[in-house]
Amino acid sequence: MRSIWRHRLFWPVVALLTLIAVNSIARPNFIKFRVRDGELFGAIITILRDSAPLMLVALGMTIVIATRGIDLSVGAIMAVSGAVALTIIDNSGDAGNLGVVLIAVVAALLVSLVLGVWNGFLVSVLGIQPIIATLVLMLAGRGVALLITGGFITTVNSEPFSFIATGYLFVLPFAFFISVAAITVIGLVERRTALGVLTEAVGINPEASRLAGVRSRGIIWGAYIVSGTLAGLAGILYASNIRAADANAAGVFIELYAILAVVLGGTSLNGGKFSIAGTVIGVLIIQTLDSTILFLGVPSAQSPVFFAIVVVVVVVVQSPRIRNAIGRMSRSRQPKAAAVEPPVEDKQKAEVTR
Amino acid sequence: MRPLLELTGATVRFGADAALDRVDFRLFPGEVHSLMGENGAGKSTLIKAITGALPLDAGELRLEGDHVAFASPHEAQAVGISTVYQEIEVLPNLSVAENICLGREPRRAGVISVRLMQARAREILLDLGLDIDPASMLGQHSVAVQQLVAIARAISTDVRILVLDEPTSSLDLDEVAELFRVIRDLRSRGVAILFVSHFLDQVYEICDRVTVLRDGAFVGEYLTTELLRIDLVQKMLGRDMADLKEREHTDDAAPEAAVVLEARGVTAAHGIADADVDLGEGEVLGVAGLLGSGRTSLARALTGVNRPHAGIIRIEGAGVHLDSPRRAMSLGVVYSSEDRRRDGIVAELSVLDNITLALQAERGVLRQLPVARRRELAASWVEALDIRPADLDRPAGTLSGGNQQKVLLARLLALSPRVLVLDEPTRGIDVGAKVEIQNLVGELADNGMSVIFISAELEEVLRVGDRVAVVRDGRIVRTAPAGALSADALLALVAQPDEDGE
Repeated sequence: MRSIWRHRLFWPVVALLTLIAVNSIARPNFIKFRVRDGELFGAIITILRDSAPLMLVALGMTIVIATRGIDLSVGAIMAVSGAVALTIIDNSGDAGNLGVVLIAVVAALLVSLVLGVWNGFLVSVLGIQPIIATLVLMLAGRGVALLITGGFITTVNSEPFSFIATGYLFVLPFAFFISVAAITVIGLVERRTALGVLTEAVGINPEASRLAGVRSRGIIWGAYIVSGTLAGLAGILYASNIRAADANAAGVFIELYAILAVVLGGTSLNGGKFSIAGTVIGVLIIQTLDSTILFLGVPSAQSPVFFAIVVVVVVVVQSPRIRNAIGRMSRSRQPKAAAVEPPVEDKQKAEVTR
Repeated sequence: MRPLLELTGATVRFGADAALDRVDFRLFPGEVHSLMGENGAGKSTLIKAITGALPLDAGELRLEGDHVAFASPHEAQAVGISTVYQEIEVLPNLSVAENICLGREPRRAGVISVRLMQARAREILLDLGLDIDPASMLGQHSVAVQQLVAIARAISTDVRILVLDEPTSSLDLDEVAELFRVIRDLRSRGVAILFVSHFLDQVYEICDRVTVLRDGAFVGEYLTTELLRIDLVQKMLGRDMADLKEREHTDDAAPEAAVVLEARGVTAAHGIADADVDLGEGEVLGVAGLLGSGRTSLARALTGVNRPHAGIIRIEGAGVHLDSPRRAMSLGVVYSSEDRRRDGIVAELSVLDNITLALQAERGVLRQLPVARRRELAASWVEALDIRPADLDRPAGTLSGGNQQKVLLARLLALSPRVLVLDEPTRGIDVGAKVEIQNLVGELADNGMSVIFISAELEEVLRVGDRVAVVRDGRIVRTAPAGALSADALLALVAQPDEDGE
């Protein structure tokens, strides 16, 4: 029982379940699904669909944070990616052509990958602090995106492109499949290859890892490339959803929400041990919260305040100090239990958990 | 004369280990006192106990005969105890004057007065004979000036006791002379100065008295003029009485077996110059030398950790270019750092992951060791080296020092290296684990592995090594068969400057 309580995903899961419970009680429609034309609808489905861009960005952010880094440029990369894709489709003269859309998507992803390579180069080769290195692109990226679109909001009417964010496949939103695919690929690559443990080693102790022969440069570089590429994919989803490339609005503040999702999922900003499952839960918490705020009819000007309050509660509950305090309280409230249990064992437990 | 500061029976514990064990220490006004000891002797702990950075677990601190207990460095400062730490703690983005007056800025009507501050700073700087503009940014000055400004800050209060922890490690000769002039001046004004340095020459030049610590225990207090350099070194290093299996030593100066590792003229920045090493197959080369002698620089240059500036390294006759630990490892040369916590253990990863880290890194990211194979491998090393507790999933950082060292050894041995370079593998670990590691080194060598074994404990070097290389002042001064050297002879080689060495 205690080990479940101590599991690092315990509190994130509790927070998510609480949110779902509150919603289910407040609006019974929340847990209802409707099928229309072979497509599933409902609040939960909407959450899963709308969370896709944040999910992709947060997955990349998790890997970067595990290496002791941070990637502030993800929002700007989203803007660039959307701009590249839509400009190609717009200029092709045949917006409805599947081939054109595929080329546009691949080109946008390649550009995002190159931007990730640039970030990784600054951090792993030149040794610039990650927050500064990625700040460069965070500030410059939207300018680049505006340059690509010629300063306008490029809009297109392309069936295949819109399908990416709004289409359905086997009764579920296509965007949801993109999320699941990204989670699966990242999860498998990190755990089925040695990348996960080597990334953690580099994040915890870079010098010890170097002396153990770990190629930390490649691992750190790779993390930024993955983050950049996933942000590019998120940018395509965003642009597909609004059928436009809006360089000033795409992915604004998403780097902060992604960092929040990673932290809510129990991964430390100090690098090292990370949890993909934790990040997934973190993203779902944020998206559910967003949906709750909408539902409660909180005026949009006040919604950040509401959001902040809930986040503060979740983060405080997760803090080690508060946890220890709760642990002490529950222990002192059980004098009878202590008499039954051998006291020595109790002391050992306390030492281990410390 | 009554001591200004007196510490009696001082004990500081970290968990089960005593970092200081019933240590006595006295500091008189108008003297320069040195604290001597090897790594882990307890020098830093003692300084922290005096300056209020660490509380005493037992013992008493007296200032002018009165019992005192400092809750923080701030309290110690208030009664006139100032400290300049090893890592220079100045703020390069502030002006010289702001650095000197930091936290004690002179105010006029509640507002910081820049003019007063600069006047005050100029006064203190002139005292130190330092002619720089107090308004200039500190960052634009040399490291030496920054060091002197740190000292200026320390003496800008009514300082009675000045603690200097390795103040000369980043200074050149002229700058050291300048610092010594300042120290002498302060001494003549009655300030008590605690000067910690591992440079013996400097200690003999400036210090009136030394206190020697070893493994957290008090060895003795001596007048510098009455203590021979060789005696000082012996007191610092001590004699290791650990029970050890004797190995058969050959008496030849050159290794009989084929030379596995050959180094000629290896030179690396800060530490080692023109070093020649021959390491035979199945041979243990002991390396003896004091802290800062170049023993670690040599080891790191031979294993690709720090790239040497000059020199040739051959492995089995073939010239190699060791530009990274990874490259050295692929050639079968592995290094275990003297600083386990900083450069060795990945504390939050499990024992399992730590043991298999180097092997996995060598195989690359894509070829992951199967889980079952990893566990089997790690378990066999845990058993072979008797790592306790034998729990593969425990974070390695929670193990004791000796067991962490064994985990590191297991990590390196899992690579089946040809050359194993161990930098102080037995420092700071309990006697039992120490003997186990010493015996293990012997067994590995008997099975054909070549080992370089670095230690500050001379008897250990003599007993573990087939041959012994002595490093002093960045040079290998002598290489001889272990059987041909007595502990006393080795001590003389380790301690003496060149002119008395012969």
